[in-house]
Amino acid sequence: MMVPSATTLQQAQRALAIARKDIRIYYSKGPVVIFGVLFPVFLFLSFTIGRDVSVDFMIPGLLGMILFFTATAISPIVAPWEAQARTLERLMSCPVRIETIILGDILASFAFGLFISLVPVILGLALGITVSNPFIFAAAIIVAALCFSSLGNVFSIPPTNQPATVNMIASVIKFPVVFISGIFISLDELPSWGQVIAYISPLTYFTDIARNSIQGQGHLPIAIDLLALLAFTAIFLLVAMKLHQRTMPRRI
Amino acid sequence: MESSRAIQVENLTKRFGEGEVVAVDHVSFEVKRGEIFGFLGPNGAGKTTTVRMLTGVIRADEGSASILGYKVGSLMAKQVVGVVPEMANAYPDLSGWNNLMLMAKLYGVPAREVQERGIALLRGLGLLGRKDHLARTYSKGMKQRLILSMALISEPEVLFLDEPTSGLDVQSARLIKDLLQNLNRQGKTIFLTTHDIEEASRLCTKVAIINQGKIVAIDAPEKLRVATSGMHSIEVSFDGSLNPEVLAKLPGVNAVKRLGDKYRLYTADPSELVISLVNYSCSNGLRIVSLNMLAPSLEDAFVALTEKESK
Repeated sequence: MMVPSATTLQQAQRALAIARKDIRIYYSKGPVVIFGVLFPVFLFLSFTIGRDVSVDFMIPGLLGMILFFTATAISPIVAPWEAQARTLERLMSCPVRIETIILGDILASFAFGLFISLVPVILGLALGITVSNPFIFAAAIIVAALCFSSLGNVFSIPPTNQPATVNMIASVIKFPVVFISGIFISLDELPSWGQVIAYISPLTYFTDIARNSIQGQGHLPIAIDLLALLAFTAIFLLVAMKLHQRTMPRRI
Repeated sequence: MESSRAIQVENLTKRFGEGEVVAVDHVSFEVKRGEIFGFLGPNGAGKTTTVRMLTGVIRADEGSASILGYKVGSLMAKQVVGVVPEMANAYPDLSGWNNLMLMAKLYGVPAREVQERGIALLRGLGLLGRKDHLARTYSKGMKQRLILSMALISEPEVLFLDEPTSGLDVQSARLIKDLLQNLNRQGKTIFLTTHDIEEASRLCTKVAIINQGKIVAIDAPEKLRVATSGMHSIEVSFDGSLNPEVLAKLPGVNAVKRLGDKYRLYTADPSELVISLVNYSCSNGLRIVSLNMLAPSLEDAFVALTEKESK
């Protein structure tokens, strides 16, 4: 019998199949899409309405929040959902590595984040913003979507099969991150201790690139922002891959 | 030269908690190619844990196992098996067809063969007419048949089924059993865990009985049945009622069980017991309504072996 060898390319194809499955089951739902856009928009507006802020200042913050919240919205709860629905055991007995399953889950979240991020970008363009370097801006959105999706997957490492528990863990981290990442107050206006805290958030670097691209001025050089985002992405991916190997069998 | 062994297991052990609960305790056995191997045991005996280790879902703490020569848990071992896990679900928000196609992609089934295989499988399992409906709308029997078709889409050499007919309607259970026998005739090796002794007795060429994490017997069902000494029985019913304790005192009776209006008497010497029963009925003015001599069943062997081990 011919048995296909387990090449990296095959695992990548199988990760894409898992991502397509996730998108069909978890992301392509009207309420998920609407909530993905509306929740960060309302949260953002609640902090900006009444303040004298320009569209150039608003759009990078709104984009950062939408990308961060959408890319981390569903990915933490896919594994507990699947364990609860008793579909995870079947998936784990397929010829796929645990890393492949994780990569598939991250890719689905990545695609969802990218898709929803078009909403604030199109809104911004309609309101007359200009993007100084579209290529870097697009690259930053792509890297940030991957980074936040990987972070979302890190939230689901604890081997609980209760999506509510994972959501609580994720919320405890996600909300403070939004407030320390230069979304509502630019980094230049933060005190030095505030800036030190901001540097531990990956969202800070994306917001800085977005401000640099749209407002024409950022706090850090774009190369540093991009490198920091890539470094965070690598760390989150590595942590998710390694730790899920330990905890995923404990969900069964 | 191709080995005749499909599955080889040596000292497989799994502990849970801080190691204090030994779910599977140094289990060893082998399954030959083309066998239907039944894995029997009471609840909590370690059947599902063993299947999960063999299908690579959880890791063993000790021991080793291989499938067609590939180490369990490796991608190659997973590639050559099909799995129907206990209480597993198809994705309820995907159609039957999309569930099947997902498995085809995860097993790397060539695109040119997928359609033909998928349609043949669904037709054989009576699901073709519902293939585009969401799996959540399927009945339990239909879901189980879908899961079986998902396990078969890659045409695996070895099939693991954990309680495949548990709780199913008669039609679905029969369809699955017939399919398993057909697959076995095509040379597939089947590893089947079941509570249904009758099912194991009729389907399996060899059975292992596991209790408290340890294998207590492995043999052909018929040999296991015959080897269980003292488990011949006679079922008798009289036209009047009597105290079962009286029957228990008849010579050669090991145990008595009341089954409705009948009594089952276990003995090592059934012919002697028939004479005793006839004499007893004559001397006490009772009329024998029915009398059947029964060879020991696999269920008797199972109960005897698991009870002996529990003591």
